[in-house]
Amino acid sequence: MTRTRILIVEPSEVIVEGLQAILANQPGFHLLDAAYSTERLTERLIASRPDVVIVNPTLIDQPSAFHDEAPQAAVVALVYQYVEQQRLRAYDAIIDIRQGRSAILETVTAATRRQQGDTAETPNYELSRRETDVLVLVAKGLTNKEIADSLNVSVHTVISHRKNIMHKTGIKSVAGLTVYAMLNNLIE
Amino acid sequence: MKEFLYDSASKMSEMITAHPGLVMMLPRFGIELGFGDKSIGEVCRLHGVDAGFFLLMCNVYTFDNYVPTAHVIDSTDLTHLVDYLRRSHQYYVEKRLPHIERHLQHMASALPDRVATVFMHFFSTYKNEVVAHFGHEEERVFPHIEALQRGHSDDSYQIDAFLASHSNIEDKLDDLLQIIFKYLPPQAMGDDAISVVYDILQLSHDLRKHSLIEEKILVPYVTHLERTVS
Repeated sequence: MTRTRILIVEPSEVIVEGLQAILANQPGFHLLDAAYSTERLTERLIASRPDVVIVNPTLIDQPSAFHDEAPQAAVVALVYQYVEQQRLRAYDAIIDIRQGRSAILETVTAATRRQQGDTAETPNYELSRRETDVLVLVAKGLTNKEIADSLNVSVHTVISHRKNIMHKTGIKSVAGLTVYAMLNNLIE
Repeated sequence: MKEFLYDSASKMSEMITAHPGLVMMLPRFGIELGFGDKSIGEVCRLHGVDAGFFLLMCNVYTFDNYVPTAHVIDSTDLTHLVDYLRRSHQYYVEKRLPHIERHLQHMASALPDRVATVFMHFFSTYKNEVVAHFGHEEERVFPHIEALQRGHSDDSYQIDAFLASHSNIEDKLDDLLQIIFKYLPPQAMGDDAISVVYDILQLSHDLRKHSLIEEKILVPYVTHLERTVS
């Protein structure tokens, strides 16, 4: 299994390093470089693809602030000042700074599991625009090479689109995909 | 590896009661229902079937990961294997496929014409592929085996070629199931949708076992015959 990528967003070095010391030795965790402010956080989120973001809730308005850049991430509040309960409700989990090592590890692990469970239950089975283009050409009986030429992409790309199409629809044969395309009004 | 607790001394009715799916196997051995309290051995003897062979097929059908060892294959009388396979083919082509096709036709009648046409075309193409697949085996492969069984060597065909060209005939049934499960519009889902799904699942399971018998039992058996008859 791939390791859980954890991003800490917290201005205090003391707290960041303390938290890192607790999380660092956990075999399934990979700690990303911490963010000490929300400056350039958008780019950081896109580039580092965290699975879990541990954030000081006073830095942001809402945990949903991360949804655009890191939709897959579980967002955990790191609380050591007074924060209204109301605001904490939107978080996937809460770490209280006074908790012990094992309680903190448990919270992060549980949040990760929940987040992975969520993605397993509701993966996106909609075909993307490009996959739909490829599907239509497959259904028309074109070869991978012909599809690649007509869409101006490499054969390799076509093959990977086809894999995704098969995975999403559960249909492996060209004849079956043609029925699918027809049922979804993608071809005449 | 799991194996039957049943042997030729066990009661046939007891085995069928414990594994009702095996009732499907009986016609392929020419065994009729109504065997009373007779043992598996007795029923088989009455129908001219080798009990060891019958039990081997029952094992393959019942246990998912069961693949007989070389020892089991060597020590079983496989004289009637070709008969068994031929009867299975007949059952799929004459009974199961037309039965499923009738159900699908009924479902398709609720679809817009052009979709119905493509849907039924998918199935009839599949059916033709299966018929051609079986036809090749019956015309090319089985006569070769029967010649060997009669002690005539036959160099015009080698069983090695069988594995190389033996294609998967269940995959398209899985596609069909996905289409029915996920993509057919609700108006096509009459009362018989569940029953056709059940029939397709049953046939898919059956064909998987059929391929397993051909690849893991028939091929080693014929390879052995080819080596000894020459």
